[in-house]
Amino acid sequence: MAEYIKVNPMYQDRIEEVFQTNINPEIVLEFEIHENDFVNSGKGSAELKVTIKRLGVDPAIMRKVAVAAYEAEINITAHSRGGVMTSNIFPDYVHIVFQDRGPGIEDLSKAMTPGFSTATDLVREMGFGAGLGLPNIERNSDIMKLDSAKNESTKLDVIIFFH
Amino acid sequence: MTLRELAEKLEGEVLTNTPNLDVEVPCAFSSDLISDILMCTKESTLLLTGLTNPQVIRLSDMIDLVGIVFVRGKRPTEELIEMAEERELVLISTNFTMYRSSGILYQEGLRSCKIQ
Repeated sequence: MAEYIKVNPMYQDRIEEVFQTNINPEIVLEFEIHENDFVNSGKGSAELKVTIKRLGVDPAIMRKVAVAAYEAEINITAHSRGGVMTSNIFPDYVHIVFQDRGPGIEDLSKAMTPGFSTATDLVREMGFGAGLGLPNIERNSDIMKLDSAKNESTKLDVIIFFH
Repeated sequence: MTLRELAEKLEGEVLTNTPNLDVEVPCAFSSDLISDILMCTKESTLLLTGLTNPQVIRLSDMIDLVGIVFVRGKRPTEELIEMAEERELVLISTNFTMYRSSGILYQEGLRSCKIQ
């Protein structure tokens, strides 16, 4: 498995804590994402946004969470056999895990390059496939970790702090 | 500029059953690329687009859209109009191109949204 990780230097000292599994989140939202379901894709991100809005998260942070989550949901819809989005909400951050069912990303550094896309014409006609999805996720998250390989499933961790 | 005024300038048709069209529109952005729209709208924005799939309406769950103008005579389905009404999102259709629509609104003083 290849790994790509990006960390906002401000939160460098929180990485270990965030990836520890023994802390229970306050709220967990689970959402099933189906392959090519462009009617329902995005609902998980909308639900997450509404939930953190209720918690009083700053609108600018809320927007970052919604945009990063939405791009990831669309990626699973457009490029995978479907998957699950799990949003773990903690008092001062959200950790969203996107786990798909393959077929995996062959070259992570290419996938992270703005403008690079393997999207089909159908997906492009809908306004996606500009090759900006992953860069947009990176830009809006404090910690982003992508694990994938050809013919494997892909796991994406997105962590955004509220303060 | 209000939604009512901009619909008139674009000789557009308001597609949604919107009780209040006298809402002030602070700025606008024109694009047919979803990632660009997500990246560039950081404030309450009017979107001009040629896209008419459900994801255009879904976008308003993520970012703050005051309304959507469909250019080049594009019309969304009834289902999409209902989706927009549930969200109190105004939909307007114009026969003008994206370039012409943007030009008219810009000339009338509607500024471009801040992208940084």
